[in-house]
Amino acid sequence: MNVNLVVDAKGLACPMPIVKTKKAMDSINAGEVMEVQATDRGSLADMKGWAKTTGHEYIGSKEEGEVLLHYVRKANPEEVKETKPYPKEMTNEKLEEALEKDNITILDVREPAEYSFSHIPGAVSIPLGELETRAGELDDSKAIYVVCRTGNRSSMAAYTLEEKGFTNVQNVKPGMSGWNGPTEEK
Amino acid sequence: MSMKAMTAAELAEIVINQKDLFILDVRNEDAFKDWQIEGKNVEILNIPYFDLLEGVESVLPRIPADKPVIVVCAKEGSSKFVAEQLVEAANRDVYYLEGGMKTWSEHVEPVKIGDLYDGGELYQFVRIGKGCLSYMVVSGGEAIVIDPMRLTNVYTDFLKQKNAVLKYAVDTHLHADHISGGRILAEKTGAAYYIPEDDAAEVTFSYKPLNNNDVLQAGKTEVAVQALYSPGHTIGSTSLIVDNRYLLTGDILFIDSIGRPDLAGKAEDWVGDLRESLYVTYQALNDDLLVLPAHFSKKEEMDDRGRVMEKLRVLYKENAGLQVEDEEIFRKMVTENLPLQPNAYEEIRQTNMGRVQPEPEEQTEMEIGPNRCAVS
Repeated sequence: MNVNLVVDAKGLACPMPIVKTKKAMDSINAGEVMEVQATDRGSLADMKGWAKTTGHEYIGSKEEGEVLLHYVRKANPEEVKETKPYPKEMTNEKLEEALEKDNITILDVREPAEYSFSHIPGAVSIPLGELETRAGELDDSKAIYVVCRTGNRSSMAAYTLEEKGFTNVQNVKPGMSGWNGPTEEK
Repeated sequence: MSMKAMTAAELAEIVINQKDLFILDVRNEDAFKDWQIEGKNVEILNIPYFDLLEGVESVLPRIPADKPVIVVCAKEGSSKFVAEQLVEAANRDVYYLEGGMKTWSEHVEPVKIGDLYDGGELYQFVRIGKGCLSYMVVSGGEAIVIDPMRLTNVYTDFLKQKNAVLKYAVDTHLHADHISGGRILAEKTGAAYYIPEDDAAEVTFSYKPLNNNDVLQAGKTEVAVQALYSPGHTIGSTSLIVDNRYLLTGDILFIDSIGRPDLAGKAEDWVGDLRESLYVTYQALNDDLLVLPAHFSKKEEMDDRGRVMEKLRVLYKENAGLQVEDEEIFRKMVTENLPLQPNAYEEIRQTNMGRVQPEPEEQTEMEIGPNRCAVS
């Protein structure tokens, strides 16, 4: 999976997987994603608990044989900062209704690891950091609905798209954190 | 000032003798909420180790100066990590629990209940971390073990110490909260393994059926263990009356509560049996009998010598589960708002029937957590 850093904590017993994760957090940027490989079963609950108290986003965990793969995204102070929200907003419910129509694009600007654990079927994945260079991949004849976890990154993404000349853009609030519609994994 | 190991046996001694202790439990909040060490004079504080990675200074004001301090975690590693820092920061001795809650969950402590007819003795084996109770009757060099737990060394060591030969290993019912050591003990010692016929329908190994009114004897002096069919927790649940003085109720009646009928998915079917056992069968017995259950759930159920027992007469006055005259209210009580089912209870049942054979490590995992065999 596309992540910014892989931390090997295999064979280490509690508390070392969390100690290593905490140290590694210092070496990645806010908003980036780390994969922690661990064999200690206890790391599953502890990773969730630790992320909760530190404010980092626990994305999910997978099992590959004996190895647990945990995905954590470093807390991004940008996201809590009051930025001017993109004026054209729509609710999750409205997006659910719009899913029925063909001529829309759902753009998911979260990190690939977040996208991979759960996303709206058919959503296109372009992480916010890559949007500047990859906006050309999008079809400007369709309405673009931008989603992220809470509506902040997608708001920034909507501004970027507007700068690039896209006119039919909507920011979805709150996005995946409150999504009750269909999802798929990849 | 240093960090010291405390064994589960040493911790059990403190809990049973109601000594003072301060526990810093550094597991995550969910694990702590699920189950924890309890004792009359035990003070406990939960702060996950991952909240103490920056240092333990924040905990110092919450640690009493006049009590021994122990740090516990799931397996031991994190408690040592925190205890080491505490020694330094607080400049005092700090213990950690050797083997963590995993070892605590498996520790079993034998406690003497009383003397039996003509030199016999009855012991209660308290698995204090999990709230499981098993029993051993010893008389004239022979022994009967009742509801023994998975790790059988405690029984074989005890038999050696008492110079006794195990004659019978008995399960009062097919357990759903812990893995039985009955069959293993029987194989190890050559004893006969008994389980109620009605609970053994799917059992894959050979056993002797425990039937109503069967009498098992230990020693020449004939300490009698009489079977009494009392279904409700399971369809085969059978109580044992020892020496006409003790009533081993299995998971039908506890000190503070009553058994739950839903662990084999038959709550509605077995409610009537449970009620009949508690309100008719037991009611007809001598109320001087001392009730010895297979579980306890609260530290208050333990007396000052670590024993869990009470007169049947007292239970008919004080146990909430025995005060419900109305059949409909009783039905509601034992089928609605039940606590969570025990961890991995279905896998445990399958293991006790011999249908699956998990690795020892897996068995430990399956048994983690409280027993939850009671209605409340």
